[in-house]
Amino acid sequence: MTETTRKNGLSRRTLLKGTAGFAGLAAGSGAITGFPYVKSADAKVLRYLGTAVNEGDDISKQCLKDTGIKIEYITATTDDVTKRVMTQPNSFDVLDTEYFSLKKLVPSGNILALDARKIKEFDNITPVFTKGETPGGKKIGNQGTAPWKVLYLEGKDSKKFATSATEFVTLIPTVYNADTLGIRPDLIKRPISSWAELLNPEFKGKASILNIPSIGIMDAAMVVEASGKYKYADKGNMTKEEIDLTMKVMTEAKKAGQFRAFWKDFNESVNLMASGETVIQSMWSPAVTKVRSMGIPCTFQPLKEGYRSWASGFCVSKGVSGAKLEWAYEFVNWFLSGYAGAYLNRQGYYSAVLSTAKAHMEPYEWAYWMEGKPAEKDIKAPDGSLLEKAGAVRDGGSYEDRMGGVACWNAVMDENDYMVRKWNEFIAA
Amino acid sequence: MPEEVLQQASPGLIPGSGSARVAKVTRLSPSFISWLQAGPMMLVFLAFFLIPLMFVVIVSFWDYNEYQLLPAFSGRGYTDTFEGCIAQLPELCTIAKTYLKTLKLCFLVWAITLFIGFWVAYFLAFHVKSKTWQMGLSLLCTIPFWTSNVIRMIAWIPLLGRNGLVNSGLVKTGLINHPLEWLLFSEFSVVLALVHLFTFFMVVPIFNSMVRIDKSLIEAAYDAGATGFQTLVNVIIPLAKPGIVIGSIFVITIVMGDFITIGVMGGQQIAAAGKIIETRVNALQFPAAAANAVILLAITFLIITMMSRIVDIKKEL
Repeated sequence: MTETTRKNGLSRRTLLKGTAGFAGLAAGSGAITGFPYVKSADAKVLRYLGTAVNEGDDISKQCLKDTGIKIEYITATTDDVTKRVMTQPNSFDVLDTEYFSLKKLVPSGNILALDARKIKEFDNITPVFTKGETPGGKKIGNQGTAPWKVLYLEGKDSKKFATSATEFVTLIPTVYNADTLGIRPDLIKRPISSWAELLNPEFKGKASILNIPSIGIMDAAMVVEASGKYKYADKGNMTKEEIDLTMKVMTEAKKAGQFRAFWKDFNESVNLMASGETVIQSMWSPAVTKVRSMGIPCTFQPLKEGYRSWASGFCVSKGVSGAKLEWAYEFVNWFLSGYAGAYLNRQGYYSAVLSTAKAHMEPYEWAYWMEGKPAEKDIKAPDGSLLEKAGAVRDGGSYEDRMGGVACWNAVMDENDYMVRKWNEFIAA
Repeated sequence: MPEEVLQQASPGLIPGSGSARVAKVTRLSPSFISWLQAGPMMLVFLAFFLIPLMFVVIVSFWDYNEYQLLPAFSGRGYTDTFEGCIAQLPELCTIAKTYLKTLKLCFLVWAITLFIGFWVAYFLAFHVKSKTWQMGLSLLCTIPFWTSNVIRMIAWIPLLGRNGLVNSGLVKTGLINHPLEWLLFSEFSVVLALVHLFTFFMVVPIFNSMVRIDKSLIEAAYDAGATGFQTLVNVIIPLAKPGIVIGSIFVITIVMGDFITIGVMGGQQIAAAGKIIETRVNALQFPAAAANAVILLAITFLIITMMSRIVDIKKEL
């Protein structure tokens, strides 16, 4: 047994030497081209776990071109990403996740904070994340798990969120947006200006909200507050009584047949809206874009009570160290250097470092997406398909107006367990 | 559950193929050979069903917090599940409502698939004479499985939706004035989709039982003056019982645990036992999810036991 092993070991080593020599020869001679992966022993590969939001093929291709880092996407839903971090922390290198899940992820010790000093553009990250205000100085609503509450850790291996800036950053910000209700203006035929309209009996059997408890409860809270039934101290951290009250209002509406369906998946929301099954519902920005690209009028309606916002960013698995950690920093730095930011901006999201993204966008694109000005030319999606004709104005207007109008953030509450139980009760009612 | 059925079926299947080998290896005792034959399936069953199931039961008695399992004995998964069941009386608590709804859907789907499945199988077994046609027509029954679950679900919207084919057809013919809302995202659509999917699981075992019925028995019944109906009730149905029970087990176990079809076709507004487990798992509350899984398993097991009381499958096979 031992002898064979040794023999195998020997022969393998000789083989390796041989290959290396041959590779060196090939590289040295320059005669053989088209072999960029000869150094496959240390090919830079990062396994990237996240939702589909940031995971564009164009982004990974451009990244490989610019940095030589090969990104392997592991795509999962928001809930499944969290589950995977908890149960299989060694199955990924870079994690792209939302700030609200940090309340679960950080105490688990399965993720590693990144060092702010190694992020080139860190000082240029929009004040939305660091100060809770827009670049123009508008204060942003801080109910729920707002990013600035959970951005820093007290120490490298600390499980406590720091109240002031430290160099240990939980998630390096990448992308965020302000969500609101989507409506079918052609079927509603009148202006909509409040979250309360979701429960207006006028839309009986034609309304919908999303069936992801930690996001759905926030939409429900916006509706309850807008209808003047209750004013929360913090929508993102309700007491048991507040959860009961919120679910009671929603349950009554459900029993009265207000909702056509609930949705859980991006495509479900697109189908409900496009087919006219619903005319008013919680929605995500790219879903509205998708409905519009089918030639069906759909508006991401700004409402007077404000937006519900979300944000996500990068960290690494606790198992990542050495050279791999350096690649991770290289990748994150690349991500913030402009190409990816411009790509996300063109989809209707916002990038964390505005200056670099701006440098990668045409002035007319920047004016449409970020400044709320009428499009000078046709607006195209990253894949080249037509999104808006010249003259169109973005729903909700400029970055300042939209992010400045944020009222609350997606959240994991202290009473999360109770809330999930009540949510099940709501579905069963 | 399907494993159990397979296991019960396998003793009847294997001896034929094994008998040739027995002649060669005469030194081995017959009981050893039976162990050898049943062994692989048993190991698979043990490793991928019994052991994981044991873990589920153990975890269901653990405690948990936001981000981890706490391996200390706790009945919290169960007490949370039955929260308010006594306090809310006479009103039903969430879990009771959910199970009543699940059982109702299950019963409807079972009854309809049994009715349709029985007659499809009857047609295939007694009216289609050629083996090739029997094969071809049974393959037709698999058509619902040719597309992915998601596509199938989405495809119902243009058909049953408010502006769908059925509604616009009915409105145009003047039968109704307003589109029927209950066609989609309702119990009706859930049952329709489940029946459409799972009738096949009824057809196959019933057909299998029926082709094995000795045709001379039917001729004898005819000769003895039995009417068609009497032959059906007294000869065919009793002899097709094992197929009926196996088909029923397939359909009931699948529907009891389903949450995807019920979710999509019910517009996520209809509670299902499986859905509770999914929500709990997604919220990382594994012990609570495990507790619900144990409850679901117990109830399904109870139904299966009751059914096998009615027909002793082992004996019938």
